Amino acid sequence: MTTGEIEVDGTACHQAPRPGQCLRTYLREHGRFGVKKGCDAGDCGACTVHVDGEPVHSCVYPAVRARGRRVTTIGGLATPDGLHPVQQRFLDAQGFQCGFCTAGFIMTAAALDEHQLDALPQALKGNLCRCTGYRAIEDAVRGDRHVHEPASGAAVGVNVPAPAGREVVTGTARYTFDVDVPGLLHLKVLRSPHPHARILAVDATAALALPGVHAVLTHADAPDRLYSTAQHEHPSDDPADTRLLDDVVRHVGQRVAAVVADTEAAAEEGCRRVVVRYEVLPAVVDPEEAMAPGAPLLHVDKGAEAGIARAADNVVGEIHAEVGDVDAGLAAADLVHRQTFRTQRVQHASLETHGALAWVDDDGRVTVRSSTQTPFLTRRALCRLFDLPPDRVRVLTGRVGGGFGGKQEMLVEDLVVLAALRTGRPVKLEHTRAEQFTATTTRHPFTVEVTAGAQRDGTLTGIRLRVVSNTGAYGNHGPGVLFHGCHESLSVYRCPNKRVDGYAVYTNTVPAGAFRGYGLGQVSFAVESVLDELARRLDIDPVALRARNVVRPGERLVPPAGHDDDLTVGSYGLDQCLDVVAAAGRDAGPPAPPGWLTGHGMALSMIATAPPGGHHADAQVTLLPDGLFEVAVGTAEFGNGSTTVHQQLAAQTLATTPDRIAIRQSDTDLVGHDTGAFGSTGTIVAGTAVLRACQELRDRLLAFASAHTGVPVAQCRLDADALDCAGHRLPLPDLWELAHSAGARTAADGHCGGTPRSVAFNTHWFRVAVDPDTGAIRILRSVHAADAGTVVNPMQCRGQVEGGVAQAIGAALYEEVRVDAGGTVTTAAFRQYHLPTLADIPRTEVHFARTLDAVGPLGAKSMSESPFNPVAAALANALRDATGVRFTDLPLTADRVWLALHERRSAPEIT
Amino acid sequence: MRTVVPAAVAGRWQAGDAWLAGGTYLFSEPQRHLRRLRDLAGEDWPPVTATPRGLDIAATCTIAELARSAAAHPTALRDLIQKCCEAFLASFKIWNTATVGGNLCTALPAGPMISLGAALDGTCLLLTAEGDRRELAVADFVTGEGTTALVPGEFLRSMTLPAATLRSPSAFRRGSLFVGGRSAALLVGRTDPAEGSFVLTVTASTVRPVQLRFDALPTAETLRQAVTDGIPAERYVDDVHGLPRWRRHLTLLFAEQIRAELAGRSAR
Repeated sequence: MTTGEIEVDGTACHQAPRPGQCLRTYLREHGRFGVKKGCDAGDCGACTVHVDGEPVHSCVYPAVRARGRRVTTIGGLATPDGLHPVQQRFLDAQGFQCGFCTAGFIMTAAALDEHQLDALPQALKGNLCRCTGYRAIEDAVRGDRHVHEPASGAAVGVNVPAPAGREVVTGTARYTFDVDVPGLLHLKVLRSPHPHARILAVDATAALALPGVHAVLTHADAPDRLYSTAQHEHPSDDPADTRLLDDVVRHVGQRVAAVVADTEAAAEEGCRRVVVRYEVLPAVVDPEEAMAPGAPLLHVDKGAEAGIARAADNVVGEIHAEVGDVDAGLAAADLVHRQTFRTQRVQHASLETHGALAWVDDDGRVTVRSSTQTPFLTRRALCRLFDLPPDRVRVLTGRVGGGFGGKQEMLVEDLVVLAALRTGRPVKLEHTRAEQFTATTTRHPFTVEVTAGAQRDGTLTGIRLRVVSNTGAYGNHGPGVLFHGCHESLSVYRCPNKRVDGYAVYTNTVPAGAFRGYGLGQVSFAVESVLDELARRLDIDPVALRARNVVRPGERLVPPAGHDDDLTVGSYGLDQCLDVVAAAGRDAGPPAPPGWLTGHGMALSMIATAPPGGHHADAQVTLLPDGLFEVAVGTAEFGNGSTTVHQQLAAQTLATTPDRIAIRQSDTDLVGHDTGAFGSTGTIVAGTAVLRACQELRDRLLAFASAHTGVPVAQCRLDADALDCAGHRLPLPDLWELAHSAGARTAADGHCGGTPRSVAFNTHWFRVAVDPDTGAIRILRSVHAADAGTVVNPMQCRGQVEGGVAQAIGAALYEEVRVDAGGTVTTAAFRQYHLPTLADIPRTEVHFARTLDAVGPLGAKSMSESPFNPVAAALANALRDATGVRFTDLPLTADRVWLALHERRSAPEIT
Repeated sequence: MRTVVPAAVAGRWQAGDAWLAGGTYLFSEPQRHLRRLRDLAGEDWPPVTATPRGLDIAATCTIAELARSAAAHPTALRDLIQKCCEAFLASFKIWNTATVGGNLCTALPAGPMISLGAALDGTCLLLTAEGDRRELAVADFVTGEGTTALVPGEFLRSMTLPAATLRSPSAFRRGSLFVGGRSAALLVGRTDPAEGSFVLTVTASTVRPVQLRFDALPTAETLRQAVTDGIPAERYVDDVHGLPRWRRHLTLLFAEQIRAELAGRSAR
């Protein structure tokens, strides 16, 4: 065996590694937090380091092997003279979003030779990014520069770089677990092996006898209180059906007990020694079976106060609504098409797993550092759960390594707080990748039966949906996802007759939750597929059929149910978006391999720019003594780029440059309230609050300066570093001093309640080639058009579109969380669950409509969830064009495509 | 996991022991049943050695070392080694750590070092700490999905690719659900230039390697029949990396493509 110490970034580490320890854990224990834990299995590459100059995945590299060797992490890549060239390129191209994977990409790219640089899809197949869709990463590796530094007061519309960029590329950005907390205890969860069981007894004696084990928590320790893990402004949006630790388990992987110990290893061993006696109960995993008479019931023990629609039928939420007369509309149609579509479970797969740390201050105040999209709502939920007043709980985030809706839940914070309160020690729970798959949430699987009728000219006469969503063992987001899915997918069409019957159904499976698009992607896949089918059968161009039926400017948006008066078309760019995909369809495009079938197809989607019922953000902006500004916002940054947008909005309003604006964020101590970073609200709601605060401060400073100098306000103006009163310049530090002496406030507050709301539009178009021999699909060309109103940061907004499209391509073609007949997730690692790699994702041409929204800040609209939504249908429609087969079930993997072509028949059509 | 000990001083095999080569599998998932790793790294076996018998590839030879060594070999062998290395789901970074022996012993249907060894009629040399040794064909070393002929205490010392096959013309086909994904079918056909015989080695689509031998290059129909008869439906892998029916289809498709390619080459 090699002996000796391990040299890490030029420093000798003397401590001997533990026998089973991987190099990544060793490095992180030595403070090298730039080395990230993404998968634990050598699949994602976030932990890439160099050992004696060779790149390796440190999570599967035995630490003992590094003795006598030289290890370089991201922290040791830069020299005293400056950044490594690859780090600089990632800054110049902004080749990151959340940045959790970035260190791994940089360490890999820095080790590539010329030959590998010419074959990037192969060279980078060991690095997964969930945010960017890889275009920006490829640009970074190739050295393309996209960032621009704006002039004073002209930041909007410019490719301003993300403020945290330097920290991200040097590995110094601090994510949730990148902190060294003395005395930290580790929590591990014992999880249910049964899909449905009553816990008869838990014996923790053997676990508690283990050295290093401090506590074993069971349902006997949990507050007897029901809540939902889902976080919304209105808690009543979600059923209160969950206990912190329950005496009934309803899915394989549900928490049974928690062991708190000095080390993760001791906590794991403790879990193995907890003895649990179960009474196994009947289980049901299929939602239609779950609604049938006699099915095992999951939550019939709950009362009406839980907010479950029909617990006796496993229905957590339902919708039955009609506008017009659908039967009459369909009867009047020249053509009616009816078909059933199915979407699968998908994992968010943010590269940073869920997890949190909690500690109790000397005065008893609880602080939680969590990977969450909703710090304020999580604080509220914790306060209710533990009977604590709001000022006794603080929730904050580090930089959050991706979310996609998965972190709009309280999945870990409740447990670490209970453990911290019980032990009096700081406690950490960091999910493994396997736990992400088996014990967090997935996208809701939907079954959607669409019946749609049209006249010969393509005018829609009626459309009816029957929707069943499988919400799993708990109803978090179940009703909301169902309702939202059936809203904008239909209200974008002016068809006079619409009906929806929808059911969100409990089953004994891993819960579904919020996922980018919030139901729209699932329902749009079905609706847009059927409209494509109608167009083909009526021999009408699919774009023309859409153009004939979509809502027009000034028209009311009419869903079958839940019409909200605060939702309007604040700007209308759908016509422009349709023009883009129509033009793409006229272009022959690149050739396909010989013998392959080719075709093209499109789809559209619409999304409200904020959730219904109010979404709140407080912001505060302060002029600091040194003349710089500080903006405080509650919303979280998880790679969505809202921080950059806030900086730009502030710089624009305060007539300065973004580098003079510091942003503090996502901490309940900073501002009064923030509903959270979900529902595409980072720009629209939090951005409006920032804008209002900045406008208020600007006016306040101008008024003060005017009063001070006697120059009329109209002749006073802010510039980069001063306030100019008709030629009399007050440098901002002097202005602060003057205001301070005069007792004038140099800060201002802004608030946004998230209403009224507008809508954003997206269209997508693909040309695909299909190998009839193997079923392989190749995307020959990908075009996306988006109406985001004013595009505050084109580079970043393009990145959001590309990332959404890439995630949607994964969900359409590759990804599936499989659950077996016994309710067990069988795809619990990235090698069983294929996330798209650089090789899988085409470069998408992104076009923005030119519109100015009447609602959003400076005319902007949301663009974070919506690019996802039209993608699956556009792919299926292109596939239909290429093969003549209508594919109804996702994902469209090569084996299934081949099988369908082989059998040469579409899924059965109901006519 | 309690200890990592050099294999040379590990002494008697104990329950809870495992052999450690690159560690990329052992460290990729929890190994609750293991107590002690017997580290083969200190053995310092030369990675690749040419002998009159053929090419000896040490179990501890990393994929990167094997790929780098390929340049020195005859074209046919070089190409086959390169293609088998590139058939890994894992990236080139894993190549720096993962070993040929580790891939064989993990015995996944898609293990490309199994494909390489089986296709060239390679043999495995198995030893014990007590000095017992035996040899068996690579195709027989893998007994099923994740299972091998190794008995407790025995370890894989090396894989030998016989000299007779190193210059044989071969044709390679691989299918996967994803670009660069795990192999769903990996077939290699090889002809013997002296005898004119043909052997088709089917891996990845089947739970363990299947070899079909012919005295001469068969006709399309003969080959199709042989594949159909030789590989019953239950031999095809059924997992998330591809439906069994599709794997069977790819196997038949690739078999014929390989036959046609080799027929075209010998006709020239």
